[in-house]
Amino acid sequence: MQPSRNNKAWLAVAPVVLVVAFSAIVPLMTVVNYSVQDIFDVNTRIFVGLDWYRETLRDPRFLEALLRQLSFSALVLVLEIPLGIWIARAIPRQGRQTTVFLIILAVPLLIPWNVVGVIWQIFARPDIGLLGAAVSALGVSYNYTSSPVDAWVTLLLMDVWHWTSLVALLCFAGLASIPPAYYQAAALDGAKGWRLFRHVELPHLRSVLTIAVLLRAMDSLMIYTEPFVLTGGGPGASTTFLSQYLTTMAVGQFDLGPAAAFSVLYFLLILLLCWIFHASVMRRDA
Amino acid sequence: MPESKAHWSLYLYCLFLLAPLYWLVSMAVKHNRDILGGLELVPANPTFANFVEVFTNPAWYQAFFNSLAYVGINSALTISVALPAAYAFSRYRFLGDKQLFFWLLTNRMAPPAVFLLPFLQLYSSIGLFDTPLAVALAHCLFTVPLAVWILEGFAAAVPRELDEMAAIDGHSFSYFFFALFIPIMRGGIGVTAFFCFMFSWVELLIARTLTASEAKPIAVAMTRTVSASGLDWGVLAAAGVLTILPGVAVVWFVRRHLAKGFALGRV
Repeated sequence: MQPSRNNKAWLAVAPVVLVVAFSAIVPLMTVVNYSVQDIFDVNTRIFVGLDWYRETLRDPRFLEALLRQLSFSALVLVLEIPLGIWIARAIPRQGRQTTVFLIILAVPLLIPWNVVGVIWQIFARPDIGLLGAAVSALGVSYNYTSSPVDAWVTLLLMDVWHWTSLVALLCFAGLASIPPAYYQAAALDGAKGWRLFRHVELPHLRSVLTIAVLLRAMDSLMIYTEPFVLTGGGPGASTTFLSQYLTTMAVGQFDLGPAAAFSVLYFLLILLLCWIFHASVMRRDA
Repeated sequence: MPESKAHWSLYLYCLFLLAPLYWLVSMAVKHNRDILGGLELVPANPTFANFVEVFTNPAWYQAFFNSLAYVGINSALTISVALPAAYAFSRYRFLGDKQLFFWLLTNRMAPPAVFLLPFLQLYSSIGLFDTPLAVALAHCLFTVPLAVWILEGFAAAVPRELDEMAAIDGHSFSYFFFALFIPIMRGGIGVTAFFCFMFSWVELLIARTLTASEAKPIAVAMTRTVSASGLDWGVLAAAGVLTILPGVAVVWFVRRHLAKGFALGRV
């Protein structure tokens, strides 16, 4: 049945619009407003047009943080999406075991992000950490506070630990919805392993995978807390991502104008990437 | 048929998930000198001193209640505004509905770091700075869009005949909504509360910026202890263990709905 046309439905949507207007539109307008002004104090402000945007786009530290951010998010997606699908397929579909696995998988998602940082700090430190000590005992020199490569490996490992469960749970929900008849038909055709996955399971995972990729892409582009706790953005600036650089600028130094221009560019970047992905999925569907 | 037994790689992955957690728990029951003294896989002299410290120091347990307060306010507020909206989106076409829905979702894409400064000024100017309400309202930025999205999926699965039957039986709309629609939606509401909890309980950046001392959340109490007292690993680990418990409790309550919930009502 087609949904009916009724503009009175706006009444039901009004509370949401009100709340979101308060928590999103007002702040966003403030940011846009700041990004085109030079502010000395409450009464002294000069309109500067797009100067702050130009300055931000020429700031080498911004461009480096941007490059690191894009590489990090790309690696996160490449690692977590296939691993998540693999894990979802390894979970038995029914039974008491299933619930136990689902609970274990869900736990990392509900740990405060800075505690995730603390957990990995304790786990990976070469002096007091199980992982750090084990790797050092194998004769590999490993110290995430002094080596940028080790810091990146630790961060990626932490992110996989933290978020692959989300992908896996989404995919499991998708797999659980496949009617058994599909599997019976596939068995008659002799489809197993990769062919079973490619032709029977993957088509059913489209919608959940779209959600998984979008959520992981946008959240990894916003990452702040975990690297902040684990590495503090270092060694040097090797793990300083966009949010951390922006936070230092906005709350650390109170550079209102440049921070605001940075914010607008940052938000637009995430919107653009998500939109391109979503549009390409829709086009393939059509 | 799909495998009815778990693949060995799943056990391996669970081991990978649980090892850091085991290490956190084992740290929490050790004295600081044992932690720094050398590596021991199983704590030789287990102690609950670290937990006692967390439970008896008001700075710690107060922060714990502050966190629970804003997460609770946020979930209640989010669900009460998102339910009617989800109903409207699932039942009617109206002027600008698609644009509105998309715009709501774009808020989920906004990095919290972008909103720090305006939030600080906005909530200071209306006198809400350093209250749980400020954090709860600010977290609506990402919980409300997500809630509308999830609830819309669940609402669309409720047959429209139910609306018509209620009207034919002479029930008012408010009777239908509160006495029929909401009880049917309780699975979806539970899942939505789970997601609100999931994203509000774990957030640090906004919670830290909008609070000073009165409403300081547990997550922030942890970062400040790290910088202040020269790393008391044992107490830090004990507090960490305690912040995980509410999450485990929530997972336990929704365990039956986990698979369906993660399909966001859509599959």
